[in-house]
Amino acid sequence: MAYQFDFIPVLQNADLLLRGALFTLELTAIGTLLGVSVGIVGAIVRAWKIQPFSALFGVYVELIRNTPFLVQLFFIFFGLPSLGLQISEWQAAVLAMVINLGAYSTEIIRAGVQAIPRGQLEASAALAMTRLETFRYVVLVPALGKVWPALSSQIIIVMLGSAVCSQIATEELSFAANFIQSRNFRAFETYIITTLIYLFMALMIRQLLGWIGRRYIARNS
Amino acid sequence: MDFTLWDIVRNLLTGLQWTLALSLVAFIGGGVIGLIVMTLRISETSAFRTLARCYIELFQGTPLLMQLFLVFFGVALMGVDISPWVAALLALTLFTSAYLAEIWRGCVESISNGQWEASASLALTPFEQLRYVILPQALRIAVAPTVGFSVQVVKGTAVTSIIGFTELTKTGGMLANATFQPFMVYGFVALGYFLLCYPLSLSARYLERRLHASA
Repeated sequence: MAYQFDFIPVLQNADLLLRGALFTLELTAIGTLLGVSVGIVGAIVRAWKIQPFSALFGVYVELIRNTPFLVQLFFIFFGLPSLGLQISEWQAAVLAMVINLGAYSTEIIRAGVQAIPRGQLEASAALAMTRLETFRYVVLVPALGKVWPALSSQIIIVMLGSAVCSQIATEELSFAANFIQSRNFRAFETYIITTLIYLFMALMIRQLLGWIGRRYIARNS
Repeated sequence: MDFTLWDIVRNLLTGLQWTLALSLVAFIGGGVIGLIVMTLRISETSAFRTLARCYIELFQGTPLLMQLFLVFFGVALMGVDISPWVAALLALTLFTSAYLAEIWRGCVESISNGQWEASASLALTPFEQLRYVILPQALRIAVAPTVGFSVQVVKGTAVTSIIGFTELTKTGGMLANATFQPFMVYGFVALGYFLLCYPLSLSARYLERRLHASA
C-alpha cells in the first residue's frame, strides 16, 4: 500500500471541526430537552390512557419508530415548505430530532411510569401530597430513574444520528468534515478524525448523563 | 417529462427492492460476524474480550454515516475501486454485527452459570459447551430482540443513499427533484419504510410477549 497518510491538512482545520462539534452538541442539547419533554407528556398520556391523546400518541410513536430519521428530516425540510411552512436548516434539524426522540422517549418513559406500583400513588394520597407533588416525586422522578440507562442510550443514538443533518446543510460536525475533505482531498484522514470526535462526544455524553442520573434522578427515587 | 402517480410509485418500488436486498444481506452477514464477535466477547482470553469490546464500542459510539464514509474512502485508498453497493453492504454488515454481538452476549450471559459448569463436567470443550448447551437455550431468548433490531437495519439502509446507493430514499430524492412534489414523494418513501418495518416491530413485540408468557 503506497498511500501516505497525512493528517496535517485536517488538523489545520481544527477550528472548523471544533465549531461543528459544538453545533452538534447544541442541537443535541436542545433536541434532548424538548424531545424528552414530549416523551414525558406522551408517556403519561399513554400510561394513563388519556383519550383521545393516547391513541394519537400511539400512532405517532409507531410512525416515527418505523421510518428512518433521514426520511423524517427530508420530509420536514423539503416537504413542509410545499405546504407554505418555511423553516431554516437548523430548525428542521432540531424539529426532526425532537420528533424522533419524542417518540422513542415516550415508549421508554412509559415503561417506567407503568412500573410504578399503584400503592405508591395511594400512599402519596394518604400523606396528603398535592397532585403536583405526587406527580413530581412519586411518578416522574422514580419513572425516569428506572429507565435512565435506556433513555441515555437513546439520547446518544440521536446525537450520532444527527450526522445526517449535513445532508440538508445544517452546519454541524459532519458538515464541517465534508467541507474540509472537499478542499484538501484527504477524505479518509478527515473522516477518521471526525469519527474519533463523535466517539469522544458519545463517551462524554454517557459520562454526563450517568452523573446526572446518580446526582439528581436515582438519589431521589 | 411528466410523471404520473404510477411512475412515481413504480420507481419507488424498484428502490424498495434494493433497500430490502441490502437489509437482508447486511443482516445475514452481520449475523455471521456478530456470532464470531460475541464468541470473542465472552471468551476466557482477556485480549479477545477487550478486542471485541472495542469493536462493539467503536461501532455503537460513532455515526453510521461516518462508518460508511470510512469504508467508502478507505477501501478506495487501497487501490480497489469500490461501488456504493459494496461499500454500503460492507459498512452496514459491520454495523449490524456489532449490535447483534452485544444483544446476543446479553442473551448468552442470562443463561445460568450452572449450565456451563454442568457441560464442563461432562467433558465438553468450551466451544462444544457454547454450541450444544448454551446457544440452543440462548436462542429462544434472542429471537425477539434480534427481530426488533432488524428494524434498525432496514432504517439504517436509508443512510446509504448519501454515498450514492440508489435505494428507496435516494430514489425518493431524485423523484422529488424531478416532480417538485417533495411532500407526496417523501410521504410515499416513509410509507415504504413503514410497510417494511411495522410488521417486524409487531412480530418482535408478539415474540417477546409469548416468551414472557411461557417462561
